[in-house]
Amino acid sequence: MSLLNFLNRRRSAPVARERLQILLAHERAVHGHRDLVAILQEEILAVIAKHMAIEREKVQVKLDRGKAVSTLEIDIEMPDLAQAAAAAARH
Amino acid sequence: MAKVLVVTSGKGGVGKTTSTASLGAALAQGGQRVVVIDFDVGLRNLDLVMGAERRVVFDLINVVQGDAKLAQALIRDKRIDTLSLLPASQTRDKDALTSDGVAKVLAELREKFDWVICDSPAGIEKGATLAMYHADAAVVVTNPEVSSVRDSDRIIGLLDSKTQRAERGERMEKHLLLTRYDSARAARGEMLKTEDVLEILSIPLLGIIPESEEVLRASNIGAPITLSNPASAAGRAYFDAAKRLRGEDIPMTVPVERRGLMGKLFGRRVA
Repeated sequence: MSLLNFLNRRRSAPVARERLQILLAHERAVHGHRDLVAILQEEILAVIAKHMAIEREKVQVKLDRGKAVSTLEIDIEMPDLAQAAAAAARH
Repeated sequence: MAKVLVVTSGKGGVGKTTSTASLGAALAQGGQRVVVIDFDVGLRNLDLVMGAERRVVFDLINVVQGDAKLAQALIRDKRIDTLSLLPASQTRDKDALTSDGVAKVLAELREKFDWVICDSPAGIEKGATLAMYHADAAVVVTNPEVSSVRDSDRIIGLLDSKTQRAERGERMEKHLLLTRYDSARAARGEMLKTEDVLEILSIPLLGIIPESEEVLRASNIGAPITLSNPASAAGRAYFDAAKRLRGEDIPMTVPVERRGLMGKLFGRRVA
């Protein structure tokens, strides 16, 4: 083993640092967005619930991260309006 | 005004319990009224590290469930009279802990103490999230090692989103405690440097605890290192960290072991 190899073998901390920086940049993006989706779903539900009864699973929030474009997809399945209004009036 | 502090890390074995005992003892040795609480239900160890394992009668869950009064469960330290311990249950299930129950106990402790220090279990499950939920500030214990740094990053994310302070839109005060640090290896490029860890985690540094044989000796005899060997490098590092918690401006150093003539001659502790 040459002297250079020997020195490089010992200096493993820079490798650790670089691996962590790459990994954490990725993980922070994933966890950050997961939280965003959960928050959006809760807040959208709360707004709709002010006006009509709606089931939790009728509001779907999806986030797709692409290289050029990211999309936020919000899918709200409306309940039958007459029924929902009657239900709200009963509360 | 009492401060509730959570000592947390995500990864196990990095020194949460040692740091809880040492910071708690250091604060109490400085005249502060301190209680340390073990949140590791089923795997309690803070009692053992503090040398109080034979004095446990009631525990946190007994108090939460109303089977014992807080005063009955608190164990007053025999060496420092301003230091108390609230042990975890060794036999009960962690589901016996409820957020409301914990909130009630913490509110009562805030009346009696200046510092309430919660020793979190490892992981990100219920015990860990409950330990951090009601805290005013967090000490994130991290080793200069990749898996520990990664888990600390995850815990910092939880502190900023899953705590009462975060939910109220308030800032969660966070401090990094770097433990088992070896300056010589860091200087040789064999270990992550303090600056590396700080740059990656970007929270303020509370202290650097050097790797020290004295830490194991302290847990062997059941005394926080600030009591068993206050002059040791790790002991002094914990005293400095405790002073910084109180807002004192202490220059950041990594203490080194002081060796007497005999120690220098024989290359290790003589006593």
